[in-house]
Amino acid sequence: MIFGEITLGHYLALSSLLFLIGLAGVILRRSLLIIMMSLELLLNAANLALVAVGRFQGLPDPQVAVFFVITVAAAEVALGLAILVAIFRIKKTTAADQLATLRF
Amino acid sequence: MEPLFFWILAVGLVVSASALVAFRNPVTNAVCLVVALVIQAALFITLEAFFLAAVQVIVYAGAVMVLFLFVIMLLDVKEEARRTPPWVKIVGVLAVGGVAILGLTKIVPLFPFTQKTLHWGQGKGGGSAAELGKLLFTSYSPLFLATGVLLLVATVGVVVLCRKDPES
Repeated sequence: MIFGEITLGHYLALSSLLFLIGLAGVILRRSLLIIMMSLELLLNAANLALVAVGRFQGLPDPQVAVFFVITVAAAEVALGLAILVAIFRIKKTTAADQLATLRF
Repeated sequence: MEPLFFWILAVGLVVSASALVAFRNPVTNAVCLVVALVIQAALFITLEAFFLAAVQVIVYAGAVMVLFLFVIMLLDVKEEARRTPPWVKIVGVLAVGGVAILGLTKIVPLFPFTQKTLHWGQGKGGGSAAELGKLLFTSYSPLFLATGVLLLVATVGVVVLCRKDPES
């Protein structure tokens, strides 16, 4: 059944698998740069699920939502990397476990 | 033919995403990310979302990746020091991953709407730039304007954040 016709379930399963991998990256990695790349994976998993559901239900609206998600993701990456560069100037590191000033 | 394409793309996507999480060299990570994003664009084409596939390649694989590579170059990020992660973490990740893969094959068929099949070319359309544009400039035009403001704010924010402090 799994290897037969491609159903909506296949795309949703692939999307959740991609989300899990991205989540593992956010939790396990220490470099802020890699954490941001994993965040992109999370957004892409959501995009894939939206487009798949929209197509199988015959709705074009989810694709508009994905369009906005891509725009917001681009803004998020630009701002996040700017913050990363600012942190690096002060702390000379991008490892998340070295940035513990606020921890008590 | 369709299942073949889907499985090739799905395996490629999962492998490149896992490689992104597993490898230590930042440049390797960036290459893995670009491969994952291009495969995602191909998946959009299998879903008949042609405009989004183009946007994915231009914005993600183009602009966002260039940003990442610029920052890698700018910061001269070294490879992360090799450390042996605690066994608890490795076992935890493997257990969660295994349960997820086994569970997904069991849980997904429980929902009837996931059993829908639709052959390539049978979609109702809506993937072309013209149809998306019609929606974008009519029902979603306020959101479209808000996105423009968001991008302006982000640009100003980036410039302010990256400015050298004039007092020092």
